Amino acid sequence: MKIELNGEARDVTGPTLADALTELGWGVARVATAVNGNFVPKTVRAQTPLKDGDRLEVLAPMQGG
Amino acid sequence: MRDFYGITLDIPLMLGTAQYPSPAVMESAFRQSGASVATVSLRREGGQGQGFWDIIRGLGVHILPNTAGCYSAREAITTAHMARELFDTNWIKLEVIGHADTLQPDPFGLLEATEALAADGFDVFPYTTEDQVLAARLLDAGAKVLMPWGAPIGSGLGLNNRYGLKTLRAAFPDVPMVIDAGLGLPSHAADALEMGFDAVLLNTAVAQAGDPVAMARGFALAVQAGALARQADPMAPRDMAVPSTPVVGKAWL
Repeated sequence: MKIELNGEARDVTGPTLADALTELGWGVARVATAVNGNFVPKTVRAQTPLKDGDRLEVLAPMQGG
Repeated sequence: MRDFYGITLDIPLMLGTAQYPSPAVMESAFRQSGASVATVSLRREGGQGQGFWDIIRGLGVHILPNTAGCYSAREAITTAHMARELFDTNWIKLEVIGHADTLQPDPFGLLEATEALAADGFDVFPYTTEDQVLAARLLDAGAKVLMPWGAPIGSGLGLNNRYGLKTLRAAFPDVPMVIDAGLGLPSHAADALEMGFDAVLLNTAVAQAGDPVAMARGFALAVQAGALARQADPMAPRDMAVPSTPVVGKAWL
C-alpha cells in the first residue's frame, strides 16, 4: 500500500503498523509513532492496521533546547 | 528548597542539547556545567536518533523532552505523548508557540494543552511569559512548575522584563519557577537566581559560545553564586552613599 512516511511517499506491505516498522528497519529501534496525527503507543502497533494514504510519522530522540 | 515534581537539583541549571559544534563538545559542556537536567526533542527519524539516545543516557541526567515547534495544543499534546513513550518520563517542557518571529507562547493553546496533559498524568513545565493571570490559570490547570521566559528564545538578551518577572516571583512564592529562554550571559543567570528563581534553562548561550565548555562552566558558577546570594539575604539598595569605613576615630590632619 502507498503511505506517507515522514512526509515522503513509500510503499509498504503491512498490514499492521508493527509490520510496516519492521519492514522499514525500525522493528527494534527507539521510535515513537503517530498515524494521521494521532499517537499510536508501542503496545498497540501490532493491532493497528495501515491503509492506503495513511500518514505515518516515526520520531526519534533528537537534540533540543 | 522548591523542587521540580519531587526532584531537587544540586546545581540549578537545565541545559539544552542542540546546536553544539559536536557531540563530544556537548558532553564536555554538560560535565562542566554540572547541569542535572537535559532538554531534548523528537524529530523524524533520519538515522541519528538512536546514537543520540545513547549519548543522552550516558550523561546520567534527568531528561526533559520539549514540544518545540508546536503551534497548536493538539500538536503539542500528541508530541508530549510520543515523548513520554520515547524518553520514558512524565516530564514535558510544554511549548505552544504563538508567533514565528518572537517564538512567544500562545497563552490559549498553552493553557489548553497544560490542562489536558496534567489530567493525563504528565509533569508539565509550561514555557510561558511573565503574565501573572496566565500563570494563575496554568497552576489551576495542574502545572506545578512555571517556566517564564527571560527574553525570546535564542535572543541572548537576558531578563527582558525584570519588573514583570519580579512581580511574578512575588505573586507565587511557593511555586518552583525556571527562567527559560533568552539568556546570553552567566550574569543573566546569576540575576535570575538572585531574584529568587529556582533554576535557569538555556541552550544557545552555551552551545553557540566560541568555547561552549568554558561558557558552561561560567554558567555553573553563576547559578551557584546567584543561589548563594539569594540565600544570604542581599542588602537593600539605597540612593545615597553611606561610608563603609568607620567615621569615628578619623585623624584630624
